[in-house]
Amino acid sequence: MSKRVKDPDRLTPGKVFINGLVKENPTFVLMLGMCPTLAVTSSAINGLGMGLTTTVVLTMSNILISALRKVIPDKVRIPAFIVIIASFVTIVGQFLEAYLPALNDALGMFIPLIVVNCIILGRAEAFASKNNVLLSAFDGLGMGLGFSVALTMIGLVREMIGAHKVFGFTFVELMEKMHLPQGCIDFMGNQTPIAIFVMAPGAFFVLATLVAILNHNKEKKRLRGEAVKEFAGCGHDCLNCHDSSCSFYDPNGSDEAVGLKGKKKKKKKDSDDLEKVEIEMVSVSENVTGDSSDAGENATKEPVEEKEGGQEA
Amino acid sequence: MMKELLLLALGSALVSNVVLSQFYGLCPFLGVSKQLKTASGMGLAVIFVITLASLVSSVIYTYLLDRLGIGYLKTIVFILVIAALVQFVEMFLKKKVPALYASLGVFLPLITTNCAVLGTALTNVQREYNVLFAVVNGFATAAGFALSICILAGIREKTAHNDIPKAFQGMPITLVTAGLMAIAFCGFSGLL
Repeated sequence: MSKRVKDPDRLTPGKVFINGLVKENPTFVLMLGMCPTLAVTSSAINGLGMGLTTTVVLTMSNILISALRKVIPDKVRIPAFIVIIASFVTIVGQFLEAYLPALNDALGMFIPLIVVNCIILGRAEAFASKNNVLLSAFDGLGMGLGFSVALTMIGLVREMIGAHKVFGFTFVELMEKMHLPQGCIDFMGNQTPIAIFVMAPGAFFVLATLVAILNHNKEKKRLRGEAVKEFAGCGHDCLNCHDSSCSFYDPNGSDEAVGLKGKKKKKKKDSDDLEKVEIEMVSVSENVTGDSSDAGENATKEPVEEKEGGQEA
Repeated sequence: MMKELLLLALGSALVSNVVLSQFYGLCPFLGVSKQLKTASGMGLAVIFVITLASLVSSVIYTYLLDRLGIGYLKTIVFILVIAALVQFVEMFLKKKVPALYASLGVFLPLITTNCAVLGTALTNVQREYNVLFAVVNGFATAAGFALSICILAGIREKTAHNDIPKAFQGMPITLVTAGLMAIAFCGFSGLL
């Protein structure tokens, strides 16, 4: 029996889960959802809380969107997704406010802003709208936990350098618990943490270092002649991001990157169409407005994309 | 009153700068800051949209959601209202003010669901600003964004051809630049 290695078309829950957690980790590989990544990682606990909150929202919205994927008309899918996501975010936000007020205060505005997090809409569009409920649930779990792990790790690094703490315990406390020699403890106690790392600028520096390490690894892989999978940064999946400078975008176009760009354009147009329809209902001169603005919109979209490509080259 | 508004504007624009200390709207900040020209266009579009969105969301919240006691629906309502508003503004400008559309038009659809827009609208509600304060806060926040994206674009233009280690080229060096700018903006914290 010759061992046929995995058929790429067949997805199993386990494979999907690992894919989200490791292979396409939203933070470390796809570079999605950078705003919360920078804003809430001043400590490991906050990072973990944000990660888990996002996981819950992502899993639930993936399940519902996947269940409704045949009901939602293609043209209005983006607004429909946004409404579903926003509903879950509201539910989770109310829950946190009632039962975990401390975490709610620490995360602040970034709980409602999960609505516009690239990861969630991205997964809805790229995965949940095409796959069955079980797979989508595991995709949400995997991606969400991958995001949680990444946020916790970044938070841990910032906490350790910036406040000499690990999950809220100071180094000195931990060393006392481990019964290290008094000399070591005193030495540690006399060190001043680099406080800037728990402040806003530190977030930029930690992320910069992280991306640099990833770039370095990628470069090494390339030198060894291995194929490097390119992702178009946060450009492809999300409506927020129209990133031309993303170091993950390969201008010479691995087919993937180009395909993703194309998809994004189409998606934008669809959502434009919807909005137009909404507004047309109140407008008097329907046909004239519709046709001319449709043509105009396409005309204006095109140069943007080209310009972005041009800047890269 | 006047003094309060001025302090609010200074605070929102400089002291708690929207990108450099609140981390809203990082994607356009890092993405559209390669050239000063596009950066300033983006900045203007953001000022336009956030000011307008602050006005509309504040009016809707004060006179509709709050009156009816359904304030908890604000996230859903705001995101839909902002998306529709931006689309409408784009169409209006295209028809009536082509000159303005030529300079801002391409940026408008890009910021529809930008988290800075929603974030500012929600902050206005959270801090219980009335409509006037909300508009001033929105304008100042967006002006802070425009200021920082223009500074970053200026620095990136100057340093574009510097000899940077390979791993740090592109995104990492931009982030380091932003970090240094954030340190500089920390200096404003003594202002108020």
